[in-house]
Amino acid sequence: MMRGPIKWLIVNVIAWIVGVLWIMPFVGIFMTSIRPFKEIVHGWWVFEEFHPTFSKYFEALFHPSYPLWRGLINSFIIVIPSTIIPLILAALAAYAFARFSFPIKNYLFLTMLFMMTVPQQMMIIPIFFMLHNMKLLNTYLGLILVHSSWGIPWITFFLRNYFTMLPTELEEAALVDGASYRQIFWRIVFPVALPGIVSAAVLQFAWVWNDFFFALMLIYDPKRMVATQILPLLKGQYHIDWGLLSAGSVMVMTVPVMVYALLHRYYVKGFTAWAIKK
Amino acid sequence: MGAMRLEKLSFLLPALLLIFIMVIYPILATILLSFNIDIVVGAKVSDKPPSLENYFKAFSSKELLNWKGVETGTFPMGALIHNALWVAIHLPITTMLGLLLAVLLQNVKGASIIRSLIFLGMVVPMIVGGLLIAFSFDKDIGIVNFLLNTLGLKMFVKTWTTYPDTALFALILGSVWLWTGFSVVTYSAGLASIPKEIIEAALIDGAKFRTILFKIIIPLLKPVTVAVVAMTIIWDLKIFDIVYVATRGGPGGASMVLSILMWDYFARVTDYTMSATIATILTFIILPIAIIWVKLVMRGR
Repeated sequence: MMRGPIKWLIVNVIAWIVGVLWIMPFVGIFMTSIRPFKEIVHGWWVFEEFHPTFSKYFEALFHPSYPLWRGLINSFIIVIPSTIIPLILAALAAYAFARFSFPIKNYLFLTMLFMMTVPQQMMIIPIFFMLHNMKLLNTYLGLILVHSSWGIPWITFFLRNYFTMLPTELEEAALVDGASYRQIFWRIVFPVALPGIVSAAVLQFAWVWNDFFFALMLIYDPKRMVATQILPLLKGQYHIDWGLLSAGSVMVMTVPVMVYALLHRYYVKGFTAWAIKK
Repeated sequence: MGAMRLEKLSFLLPALLLIFIMVIYPILATILLSFNIDIVVGAKVSDKPPSLENYFKAFSSKELLNWKGVETGTFPMGALIHNALWVAIHLPITTMLGLLLAVLLQNVKGASIIRSLIFLGMVVPMIVGGLLIAFSFDKDIGIVNFLLNTLGLKMFVKTWTTYPDTALFALILGSVWLWTGFSVVTYSAGLASIPKEIIEAALIDGAKFRTILFKIIIPLLKPVTVAVVAMTIIWDLKIFDIVYVATRGGPGGASMVLSILMWDYFARVTDYTMSATIATILTFIILPIAIIWVKLVMRGR
């Protein structure tokens, strides 16, 4: 669209300046996390003295009241089942939406879509009391149950769209040969749909890891708190210890950033398909 | 045939069961709770008689709508106004910036790297995002104040999140920074689906960049724009983590938003029916936008 080498150069330079400026806050917390506070009181961009240290990382990990190592482990304990359970249940349901015809199918699908827009605040009060009743409040299982249920609508929506794009000849042939739907799903559809399923898994993993509200409402024992819950508690009572918060932030965000970096293609594909149906 | 129907049902039933018990029923129970009607199984959440009192209380409370603040232009103005301001400021900036950057990046070397850098805000937990915003607006170590200082705007240099007149704006501007990655990546995906021939043909006909943008790209990307706008509004209305960690709605309610107010009634005041009322109000504000988005998605099928 832009013609001429000078115009091209200007556009490129502007784009890169924007890109670099955009991540300055990230550079900032990284610098703050590895430098002693007295070096950065006039800004982390001042490099008159530079003595990198990881002491703030250890301080955050082994904090006396809110050790972050525990939060990180708890996050993994929550996230892994909260990714696998809804993925399997939603994949099965998505297959039914994509291939079977049954009464009120369209209404059910509409309901699923609307549930994707409902705020978490809208279901948490009854959930709180229900879990309390079942002795599941402040437990891993309770939080996993909530995350799994909350993930089903969007994963069903996402995988239904994916399944409808797959060719059906092979499935029809298998059906004629007497295969059951279950066999067809696990042996034919699941392997072919693996890229879509990985996309859904990556996003669900990242979203559950990043979630704060459900954990805030349902877990109150520091020993069981997830990483995003521990992080704000490192703030300190009287003055904000930015070194500690920065080190904690870097550690908590490392997991989703790694997932994003390693599975970038799946992440973005899942993300754009979630927002705009192509 | 019966066995087959049963088999088909076994695909659907586990997922439906879980969302009926854990999502749909609690949503209905929350709506009823806002009218003091308690259908939560095995717990007594409310023993008040059914009435509309929660809504009267909510809409006459300063936390939701502070007319005095609105009249004098000072914060707090109430969560409803704050959420509305959030949408009014954040939505146009983030949508236009997203489109502009997506178009700009088409002819840039290493565009995918820049896109990834901008998208980083969407990848990290919102809790970290909120901390980053507070950090960047800090008086001494915040990059925003460093930039303001360098530009000679010394009167704006302060810890933005601790003053009533700037706390909300700091959060809104910060959310632009976090969320623009969404519109950039979505618009980029939309742009990639426009056939190159159309734009090339226009270029051969001597069309200017501006003409191509307004006469070809923007009309063709209308469905993407609707999705971006709907998603952004819904995200703005739901906003919680950023506010919780950066200001917790303060100082003095100056950055209070609906979702924080709901949490405040639940955890601090422990008035569960009021909390349910705020949640219901929030959900019904989102509903029209949700309908637009659902319509768009259903048309795409």
